[in-house]
Amino acid sequence: MNFTLPSLSLLSQSILSGIFVGALYGLMGLGLSLSWGLLRLINLAHFAFAFLAAYLCYQLSTMGMDPLLTMVVIVPAFFALGAGLHWVMVRFRVMPFNSLLLTFGLTGIAESVIQSIWTADFRKLESSYAQQKFKLAGLFVPVPELITLVLAVGLTFAVWAVLRYTDLGRAMRAAAQDAPVAAAFGVNQKALGLALAGTCAALASVAGVCLALSFTLAPSQMYAWVGVVFAAVMLGGLGSALGPLVAGTVIGISEAITMAVTAPSWAPIVSFTLLIVILVLRPGKTA
Amino acid sequence: MKTGKLSGLDRRAAVAAIAFAASGFAFAQQPSGPPIRIGSTLALTGPLSATAQIHKLVGEIYVEQLNKRGGLLGRPVEWVVKDDQSKPDLARTLYEQLVTADKVDLLMGPYATGAILSAMGVAQRYNKVLVHHTLGIPSLAKYDMQFPAWSIGSDPATTVPNTLFDALAASPKPPKTVAVVTSKFPSIQFMSAGAREVLKKRGLTEVLFLEWDFGNRDFGPIANRVKDAKPDFVWVGAIGLEGNLLLDAMKKIDYLPPQHFYLYPAPGPLLASPDARNALSATIFEGQPPFTSNLGAAEFVKIYGERAARAGFTDTSVETQAAASYTAWQILEAGVVGTKSLDDKAIANYLKTHKVDTLQGKLRFDGTGNFGDDLMRIKQIQDGKWVVVWPKEVTAGGAKLLAP
Repeated sequence: MNFTLPSLSLLSQSILSGIFVGALYGLMGLGLSLSWGLLRLINLAHFAFAFLAAYLCYQLSTMGMDPLLTMVVIVPAFFALGAGLHWVMVRFRVMPFNSLLLTFGLTGIAESVIQSIWTADFRKLESSYAQQKFKLAGLFVPVPELITLVLAVGLTFAVWAVLRYTDLGRAMRAAAQDAPVAAAFGVNQKALGLALAGTCAALASVAGVCLALSFTLAPSQMYAWVGVVFAAVMLGGLGSALGPLVAGTVIGISEAITMAVTAPSWAPIVSFTLLIVILVLRPGKTA
Repeated sequence: MKTGKLSGLDRRAAVAAIAFAASGFAFAQQPSGPPIRIGSTLALTGPLSATAQIHKLVGEIYVEQLNKRGGLLGRPVEWVVKDDQSKPDLARTLYEQLVTADKVDLLMGPYATGAILSAMGVAQRYNKVLVHHTLGIPSLAKYDMQFPAWSIGSDPATTVPNTLFDALAASPKPPKTVAVVTSKFPSIQFMSAGAREVLKKRGLTEVLFLEWDFGNRDFGPIANRVKDAKPDFVWVGAIGLEGNLLLDAMKKIDYLPPQHFYLYPAPGPLLASPDARNALSATIFEGQPPFTSNLGAAEFVKIYGERAARAGFTDTSVETQAAASYTAWQILEAGVVGTKSLDDKAIANYLKTHKVDTLQGKLRFDGTGNFGDDLMRIKQIQDGKWVVVWPKEVTAGGAKLLAP
């Protein structure tokens, strides 16, 4: 492994790239973290939802719709999809470990569906945003990545505020901590669960639109995100709204710096090394 | 004696004779008897399926053409193709099944190096000939009855980079500094390692060497490193869309390499990218003279273009993948016709001792690992088209390598 001393511009540009990709890790991890922490369901289909939304965004955009406007259609549709999936899980009393298996199966089905509709070929969303960039303090800022960052930060703080300051958020946290006691205080756990699962899927769909804006799509690519997003969720803390964004950004920057000073193939090691170190040093702070 | 005219009876007899002869001739052209079954797998699903679809279409075209001209040994040909799902381990099982359960007469290779090596193991166990399309690492072909249809020679890691750097040396702006960035995909990585050796031997300076894992998501930091290194020329060891992804990332930081080469790109998407102007790549065949003068080439280019368009392919031109696939069928046909048998050992001996006329020209299989000459040429995107620019003898219309 060769280490190179990077120039200041290379290092700064790489850190900026790391912040952008970290924001996407955080956005993808947000819904997963809420589902795992508050619903006690490990929803691997979250990645399938994100990719399905990305492909729908691609499809609607090729039909002339603005990629950001596609969210008007996509987000409610995925809210319904997420709530529907949760209803099925509750109906059949799926346990957390079984939810992992069930949603893994659903992910495989979603991959096949995507492949049969859009084929295994790579798809690239060509939008007016793709070409837009500007220079800020000597650094190039691509607009699609900036949109992702703004959405990630905005949604993260919105979810955090709802969980912290509203009755709805307090009820969700109470139900996650002690469902029978929360029910005794009049919390409608069933309705809350459906709403939360729908929100998680809707958040996945927003991440999917951001994915389509900045990345090339292929059905099998969804698995490439699983490891690093799981690391961000576990580092950030289950059920935490701010955690995935912070952890995702740390991972993104670490990966980017690794790629700037050494071989890019070493970058994936960073997120998992960070996860192992945290698990060893602060076991109570993660899952 | 009357000459020059036939009586009414004679005329009727002559017409009847001609009609009989014609029907007899037509009858001889129709293959008959039990079909000769040729078995293979292809990555019809999974990550390699986009390219494997090319091989499927080519196989269908070839078998149709073959049956129209009388099949093999007067018998119709049936192609049994199974889906290996882009998994080499499944390819091994399916080839085993093709030989033992389906009892196919002959084998044809699958797509991609991993699956080819799996199929080769099975072919070796049952002493079957295996003609394969696109094995990327010749040194791994240890079986003496395997035959490559992709003419990259036995040492492509040296010969292909040398062809490229010869082309660059003869260009208006020969590069002095080179960045080598490459995927760790096995058949790419060893070629990029070869390129590093070659450029050092030629006195060029390597200013950057980077590797990424196949399936890498983020090309931004790699683009940053290339820009920072300021190379005259970038060797991109890319497969599929990786080249496009790197170019997209470069564009985001307002950078385009002065000269750039992509090893095994998805040719259509790279051609479609406005940032890939003057990009170089390597090929064994393009649908242009003099390649179209080779055996069956002109007709195949036309048919493939039509069928690929009908199948909804984004790229309907014949290049390395389609050409290697067609060549594989030509090699197998030549072996059967040359020996007039389906005996694998006889076919293998024939191929080793005879040159075979193909889409790529006359191929020989008497070199190391049954590989012959390296026929890889250098092509460049010029005015929205791939144009062969090196070596001079295979260029059309005086095409030259453009260096901005």
